[in-house]
Amino acid sequence: MIPFSGWEMPVEYSGITKEHVAVRTAAGLFDVSHMGEFDIRGPEALDLIRHVTTNDAANLVDGQAQYSAMAYPHGTVVDDLLVYRHHAEHFMLVVNAANIEKDFEWINSHNRVDATVENVSADIALVALQGPKTIDILQPLTKVQLRDLAHYHFARGSVLNADAIVSRTGYTGEDGFELYLSANESELVWNGIFEAGASFGLVPAGLGARNTLRLEAKYLLYGNDMDGTTTLLEAGLGWIVKFEKPDFIGRDALLKQKQEGVKRRLVGFEMLGKDIARDNYPVFVHGREVGHVTSGAPSITLKKNIGLAYLPAEHASIGTTFHVAVRSKLAEARVVRTPFYKREDHQ
Amino acid sequence: MTPDDLLFTKEHEWLRIVGEAGTIGISDHAQKELGDIVYVELPKPGMKFNSGEPFGSVESVKAVSELFIPVSGEVIEINEDLGAAPEKINEDPYGAGWMIRIRLSNTDETGDLMSAEEYDEYIQEAAE
Repeated sequence: MIPFSGWEMPVEYSGITKEHVAVRTAAGLFDVSHMGEFDIRGPEALDLIRHVTTNDAANLVDGQAQYSAMAYPHGTVVDDLLVYRHHAEHFMLVVNAANIEKDFEWINSHNRVDATVENVSADIALVALQGPKTIDILQPLTKVQLRDLAHYHFARGSVLNADAIVSRTGYTGEDGFELYLSANESELVWNGIFEAGASFGLVPAGLGARNTLRLEAKYLLYGNDMDGTTTLLEAGLGWIVKFEKPDFIGRDALLKQKQEGVKRRLVGFEMLGKDIARDNYPVFVHGREVGHVTSGAPSITLKKNIGLAYLPAEHASIGTTFHVAVRSKLAEARVVRTPFYKREDHQ
Repeated sequence: MTPDDLLFTKEHEWLRIVGEAGTIGISDHAQKELGDIVYVELPKPGMKFNSGEPFGSVESVKAVSELFIPVSGEVIEINEDLGAAPEKINEDPYGAGWMIRIRLSNTDETGDLMSAEEYDEYIQEAAE
């Protein structure tokens, strides 16, 4: 167990490889209760969210969720997050565990409109059921019609008689659901899902598999792949920056960077030899150190060694080769298309 | 549990000495800590190392660990099977998961190594 933002989190239960394969072929259950949740309420809730986030929550309908981010005025990343719209005057933001306090202060310090902002992280548990067998396992436990919920939509209902927000979202690249539960009912739900899932090959999955799964799907990890030193455009998150919106924090800097062109880009790469690139290994282009691997690991699904790194924009196109310093040697790597893995039954 | 014919380093390598030859691998505790092993980098036969020098590395899904030679010697054989099946280190760390065989330069060098019993105590203490 490793301490993670105040939580004791299992890195693995039965082994990262077994858990990873189970999620790709059957199902895995993750306890991600460490994530933070903020309730934003009031007639001004949407105004506040539109001001502090870069995607546009005005495009959401009731029961819809959106991937978004908060930017600093110079365009770098405060955090990435999910925005849930319950109704026009009630939203929920889901933020990274390590950033809960920072984000809460940031939002409050920019709350010019007096929306009500409440940190409800301690009251909410989050369980993620992910993998192709998810619906088979979960449907008998809830009246929410899971097949009718589109990707990035959610419903309020109950699971095993516990109140839940049932959200068709995840961080693995598989179909799946995330269940927001009352903290005191989560254990009951966790155990009940296991009983229901045993015959489908469901396994508990830890932070280790969560990391290898999300890397294959190229979901970025805050603190590794982007942070307060990298802009959203450099990180390849321009698709969640909505310049049509007249005002949001970071807009001017990001617009300027877009017009001038980004100088470096986050790319996906694979190693050409057997060496494994790990987080923080230095990256070299033409013998010059240009940065480091932000995330690197063996891809269990693809049987290749993959990673993410920032490269100078002129050296970041698909097929370009560069080097990663693996201990005492320079190992060759090649920029590849991402995501590394995409499930076939993509709806 | 831990085979009592082995000697151990603080870095969790084991050494089995038969005459002037020594077989080297990593302990059961080490393979458990590393988790699923996916790659092992070993030296070539003929390479010589002084006691405590790194002779290779072992990579699991989540981490990489350097390998340190318990005693000075020359590599006479490596476990070729690990190239295609590194998981043998997880499955049988004291048997099929062996890594290299060396010819010891000096059989009197083992004084700093731990017995199986001492090693078990050492990892107990480290856990507490």
